[in-house]
Amino acid sequence: MPQYFHSVTLDVDKCKGCTNCIKRCPMEAIRVHDGKATIMEERCIDCGECIRCCPNHAKIALTDTIKKLSEYKYNIALPAPSFFAQFKENENINDILKAFLRIGFDEVFEVALAAEIVAYIVHRQLANKKLKKPLFSSACPAVLRLMQIKFPDLLRQVTHVLTPMEVAARIAKVEAAKKTNIAYDDIGAFFISPCAAKVTEMKQPMTTKHSAVNGVIGANLIYKDIVKNLGKGLANNKKDNEDSEELHKATKNGMAWGYLTGESKNIDFGTTLAVSEIHNVISLLEEIERGELKNVDFIELQACTAGCVGGPLNIQNNFVGRVHLRNLIGQCGAKPAHYAEKELLTMYEKGHFESTEPIRPNAIMTLDKDVSKALIKMEHLDQLTDELPGLDCGACGSPNCRALAEDIIRGIAFETDCVIKLRDRVKTLAEEIFELARIIPPAMADNSKKEKKK
Amino acid sequence: MVDSLQYTPQITLEFPIGEKDFFMAGESASRVKKTLQQLGLKQDIIRRVAIIIYEAAMNVAIHASHGLLTVHIDPESISIQTDDKGVGIPDIELAMREGYSTAPYEAQEMGFGAGMGLPNMKQCSDELSLDTKVGKGTTLKAKVYFISKEHPG
Ligand SMILES: Nc1ncnc2c1ncn2[C@@H]1O[C@H](COP(=O)(O)OP(=O)(O)OP(=O)(O)O)[C@@H](O)[C@H]1O
Ligand SMILES: [Mg+2]
Repeated sequence: MPQYFHSVTLDVDKCKGCTNCIKRCPMEAIRVHDGKATIMEERCIDCGECIRCCPNHAKIALTDTIKKLSEYKYNIALPAPSFFAQFKENENINDILKAFLRIGFDEVFEVALAAEIVAYIVHRQLANKKLKKPLFSSACPAVLRLMQIKFPDLLRQVTHVLTPMEVAARIAKVEAAKKTNIAYDDIGAFFISPCAAKVTEMKQPMTTKHSAVNGVIGANLIYKDIVKNLGKGLANNKKDNEDSEELHKATKNGMAWGYLTGESKNIDFGTTLAVSEIHNVISLLEEIERGELKNVDFIELQACTAGCVGGPLNIQNNFVGRVHLRNLIGQCGAKPAHYAEKELLTMYEKGHFESTEPIRPNAIMTLDKDVSKALIKMEHLDQLTDELPGLDCGACGSPNCRALAEDIIRGIAFETDCVIKLRDRVKTLAEEIFELARIIPPAMADNSKKEKKK
Repeated sequence: MVDSLQYTPQITLEFPIGEKDFFMAGESASRVKKTLQQLGLKQDIIRRVAIIIYEAAMNVAIHASHGLLTVHIDPESISIQTDDKGVGIPDIELAMREGYSTAPYEAQEMGFGAGMGLPNMKQCSDELSLDTKVGKGTTLKAKVYFISKEHPG
């Protein structure tokens, strides 16, 4: 496997080499060279901003497809809470879950159910441990990757708990193995995802050594199959009769993780705050780094506007989706939680779902390992930046003039990539040529004088 | 061994602060933070420097009229200085005390004026000095060494 895996990739044929994505990327991770965008792997956090803003749909997320089910003997679908936001409120959650069985899954386990467990664990951690505040959610992998690069100091304040996706996969697989006698490794768990970041998280998990998730399927790839298999007229399906049981076990608390504030409300401890959209997250973390909000207990951070309903792989507009999900959640009513308090307490006490790996800083911004050498480069960088026009036009393929200067220092760009600089150079050159043309070789000069005299 | 003739790389960043320019403090702190990350400095150093810059610039914006923030970086340390044309500080010892503040109402409305800025800056820096003339202005100098000299904060 290469050093970095990323779900977000470029569809080269579709890329027209415009500068929309380089401007929008919060990590300044995209450059346009030779008419095509390239993603700087080490900087990409898979937030999906470029997928959203590309007018040519040239940024795509690599996810698994339903074909991968054939690799396992028993398959479990793990739909994210936000997946249900893709459906109209007159649909029934149980019908949507049943549709997964009709398209080839043997079982379906709601990630919302695992989210309720995670909320319980975080609530307990907040209540029982003396933790540095504010504590940050560990649920959004794009935010965690952002913190690794830009806010390494705050990583210590991330909750030590696995993501709902991971918890869901573990519980579902263990239970299925017991129930069916099929070996754990022959069971496939597939997360139905609103975003690219979860694909990367499965392949290169940050809080555990190995992910229990076996595949991540984009919500956009599976939506049509599910819609085609939604209840009605399919009542005679054999599988349906077998599974006439209620599949929908999560309560509204877990389902609400699909949109912003759902998580913090479910954790329900002291003062909480919920912030979405990656640029907003960055400005908030900057404030917190300087010591703001020390008295807030928990902060939910989501890379996508409005939370997971805003994920780039969803079909619905994020705000429409939010309304759908809220109305769907209304169906849950006041049903009791699937896991009893005692069960949850055991999970917490045994530390089953605590993260096992520390999230490591990723110091990729450094110009040089040696401070003095880095300073020399910085001096050069400042000088170069001063010489550039400062228009931040992006025509050079770097997001702004400062970034171009950095690229020049790093050896991946030239000063003449700047169109203004190039124009100046051409102008100077033209003037020089003009000057040269006037300086006539001495031998000829005599002739011309004679000619004039004539 | 340091050769006195050897060239020492250094950079200076300047940020003018206008009166009631409450945004410059945050902006300059972020800019310097990015620079320090690029220089590969330790997280703890970066955090302390960001706090000093933010608090110092904020004090100029709130308590003085206008001024200049200068950040100077060499291979061993970072110096932060604010020069302002302002009312000055009549009693430095009092100003340094935790909880002492003369912040105007509008600043308190914004959540400032807890009287913690200067004590915080002192905590975060290796050296801190104030030079002030009542009615004329104030110069604040703070220094943070990269190889920490037993720093508590
Ligand atoms: N640059 C300055 N010019 C004039 N007076 C100042 C200046 N800096 C600080 N002071 C005085 O020192 C006092 C204490 O400053 P300090 O930064 O500790 O607290 P504060 O700014 O009032 O509140 P906080 O920083 O907690 O928001 C201020 O209230 C003000 O009277
Ligand atoms: Mg202050």
